[in-house]
Amino acid sequence: MNRLRLWLLAVGGAGLAALLVAACLDLPGFGGRHHPYGDRAVQASLARHTANTISSVNFDQRAYDTLGEMSILFAAVLGCVVLLRQARDEHRAPPEPAEVARPVRRYALLVLPVALVTGLYVVAHGQLSPGGGFQGGVVAATALHLLYLGADYGALERVRPLGVYETSDAVAVCAYLVLGLASVLAGTAFLANTLLPYGTFNTLSSGGAVPLLNAAVGMEVASAVVVLLAHFLDQAVEIEEEHGS
Amino acid sequence: MSTVMHVLPYLVAAYVFLTGCYGLATSRNLVHAVGCLAVCQCATYVLLLAVGYRDGATAPVFSDIAPGSRPVVDPVVQALTLTDIVVGATVTALLLALVLQIAKRHGTVDPDELRELRG
Amino acid sequence: MHHLIPLLVAVPLLGAALLVATGRFLPRIAAEITGVVVSGGTAALAVVLLLNSEPPMVEWVGGWLPVGGESVGILVVGDGPALGMATLVSLLTLSALAYSWRYFDEPPTGHTGAFTALMLVFQGAMCGFAIAGDLFNAFVFFELMSVVAYALTGYRIDEAKAVQGALTFGVVNSLGAYAMLMGIALLYARTGELAMTKIGRGLDATGHSGPDALVLASFVLVLTGLLVKAAAVPFHFWLPDAHAVAPTPVCMLLSGVMVELGAYGVWRVYGTVFAGPGGIPAADLTRALVTLGTLTAAVGAVMCWYQRHIKRLLAYSTVAHTGLFLVGLGVLTPEGDDGVALYIIGHAGVKAALFACAGVLLDRFGSVDEHALHGRARRLRATAVMFAVGALGLAGLPPFGTALGKAVTEEAVGGPLTVVFVAASAITAGAVLRVTARVFLGLGPRPEDAEYETSGSDEEPETSGLLSRIPDTMTTVPAVLLAAALAVGVVPGFGDLVAASVNEAGSGGAHVSVHWTLHGVLLGVASTVLAVALAGLAVTRPAWVSAPGWAAPLRRLQSGHVGDYVAWLLMGATVLGALALPGVLGS
Repeated sequence: MNRLRLWLLAVGGAGLAALLVAACLDLPGFGGRHHPYGDRAVQASLARHTANTISSVNFDQRAYDTLGEMSILFAAVLGCVVLLRQARDEHRAPPEPAEVARPVRRYALLVLPVALVTGLYVVAHGQLSPGGGFQGGVVAATALHLLYLGADYGALERVRPLGVYETSDAVAVCAYLVLGLASVLAGTAFLANTLLPYGTFNTLSSGGAVPLLNAAVGMEVASAVVVLLAHFLDQAVEIEEEHGS
Repeated sequence: MSTVMHVLPYLVAAYVFLTGCYGLATSRNLVHAVGCLAVCQCATYVLLLAVGYRDGATAPVFSDIAPGSRPVVDPVVQALTLTDIVVGATVTALLLALVLQIAKRHGTVDPDELRELRG
Repeated sequence: MHHLIPLLVAVPLLGAALLVATGRFLPRIAAEITGVVVSGGTAALAVVLLLNSEPPMVEWVGGWLPVGGESVGILVVGDGPALGMATLVSLLTLSALAYSWRYFDEPPTGHTGAFTALMLVFQGAMCGFAIAGDLFNAFVFFELMSVVAYALTGYRIDEAKAVQGALTFGVVNSLGAYAMLMGIALLYARTGELAMTKIGRGLDATGHSGPDALVLASFVLVLTGLLVKAAAVPFHFWLPDAHAVAPTPVCMLLSGVMVELGAYGVWRVYGTVFAGPGGIPAADLTRALVTLGTLTAAVGAVMCWYQRHIKRLLAYSTVAHTGLFLVGLGVLTPEGDDGVALYIIGHAGVKAALFACAGVLLDRFGSVDEHALHGRARRLRATAVMFAVGALGLAGLPPFGTALGKAVTEEAVGGPLTVVFVAASAITAGAVLRVTARVFLGLGPRPEDAEYETSGSDEEPETSGLLSRIPDTMTTVPAVLLAAALAVGVVPGFGDLVAASVNEAGSGGAHVSVHWTLHGVLLGVASTVLAVALAGLAVTRPAWVSAPGWAAPLRRLQSGHVGDYVAWLLMGATVLGALALPGVLGS
């Protein structure tokens, strides 16, 4: 390998390592009690009847960060759709039906509904228990792909009309934004959680707008992951380079 | 807890970050390089979670514990870490899509053999 | 009014989401009109907010107003610089969308609005970064704009160079962003806060005896991320690789405003977080930024001169100019800040116009190679005139906005650094004038090929086939941009307006007025004369100004290898730490 790069790496890495180690020695000790923002976040979460403080931070106190975060996912999906489109010198071939061992098929088809329901449960209880839109959305999207393992790509394509998922990805982002804009129309700040009643602590309808934003994110993540995986799978299974062109 | 334990988690984060950088700089395969970038990002998870830890604390979820009955870890860093994970996953996906196209257009994923842009 | 600030982010994002949701049913023209309307509407909103930004506004998103000085929400700032950058972003996006009206043969099947939607998300992300007053929120929008930029850079997947450039861009910028996040985590550990002002106060409260290693490390890590975006040496290697290959409308945004947002971020973060007694002493910041900025200007100018790939040449001139911006910000005077603000506005217009003209060449001839196009573009008279005028704007010929900004900044930095400003602007403008002379006028002999370089031949045009006639939008947009750059310097009172709003937000409230001075005008004319002379020499006596032996190693550093760039990034962080170290040791 290039000698210059090794020298740069050695000097730069050593310098940065020294800096980081010195900084670590100056950090407050691990497990310390001083967390002013964290303590305030817990108080604010309880005041708005949200049992899962992390959901309160994500969908209420710092919901604007989550807007950026879901936009990153949205943009990455759009980017992958553009980057993994069929190039001029490629064509699509229908995938070959595949043989699947019978135990694998049975297991996949058995687990699929369980995984799907688990995903939806995790989304729905986002403001109550650990989990939420991001985590549950990923579980639900992965559940669908058990069809690919249990049957074949054709079966997956039949339950996965890509256009619908792409649209629902975008609609979920719209929903999040519209919920945020509604409070501006009502004369308060963007994404203010003041329009809906906070409900009874520790129930599904508690937390005001938190469950709604959480659901929008769940819908977005599930659709986005499906679309993302679909484009990568297409590359592996369907899209072929033209020969002799 | 001993003094070592007071800094060890932070040092782990620093170590993970530098390891990822080393892997990125010396990588011979772009898929591996994208993986190394994800390693660098993992350092940020470790650091954030270590910063938010509190001795003897539990998760900041009050569906099964009474508020104030036990100390809880800092919920803010947990939310930041969640954001960070989503960012990391999407960046990885996008970069892998680019690697896929590089493999098609250049016929290689070895950065040493990419000779189109230089000087 | 302050409740409307977050809409600068929400409106473009909503437009993008609607475009994607309806993308498969929309005809192309409807998608493009939607894009222009949404981005224009956001621009109008930004202008309205900017006109109301005196006194500076703040907004707590989610309505989490501070109770007893403490809040759990996210702070968004609506002061002059933040809204000014958002306005610049929006106007430039609008012109890039107008320019791309006839661009790209066909959108991906079933995704008519994909390109427009990505541009809108890019706009929203850059606005979000500009108005961020919370350090983690700044990171989120920093990542969002990066992610969109990677996808847009690699848009032309049929091009081998494009996908390689986009990956390099992605790896280096993401690594920078993660470094920044490490820095944010360290600051959170020390102060327990995320809002920039609160972190700054927290550092001052805990750092009675001055900064320690933790402050230094967080400073280095956060600035590494921002300087990667700003393409400061030695973090700059990704920029020429990415800007040379991105579609032209995207280049207009990348070079015109995204890179400048890195410099803006440095100004914002230093001023709000690290400027207090517990942060990094002013002398150390000046040392770090002036050193890196001067190096950046020098490397950018020299490399710019030796390019034959026209878009790559323009990309290096962006590197040189961001170096100048960093020097101007580094001296930490109100005049320096005002000058840089004006310089950035003027530069955005000029640079976007130059890229737009390069795009015309690409679509007319399928090449952006100075050697291959020698004398072939004689008939593109309008483009030739705009290219030359753009070069003069780059040199800082009065009364361009670039000239006013450069003059004010030169006054602020004073002394030997003035030479850097004159030289860097003259060399980059000279290179552009040389291209004009060779490509549009066919002057001089056809130059010889060098051994280690990127040629701009064999590029795919971005329109359906080679254009025989240049669409009106592709000539109007650069003309409007150049006129805007001129207006920045000519419209009376504009400079003072910019200066007042910048000083209101930073600079400790000191108000200075900016105006043309004889000194500044003479320096601007000197740069221009020097640029013309260099271009004249290049076409008449090529041997006199060809690459000398000492420049070859510099060119070899730009190896196109992502591993090299990462090693340089680590080196850069170490250098930054070393430059800022004396203040920490001395306290």
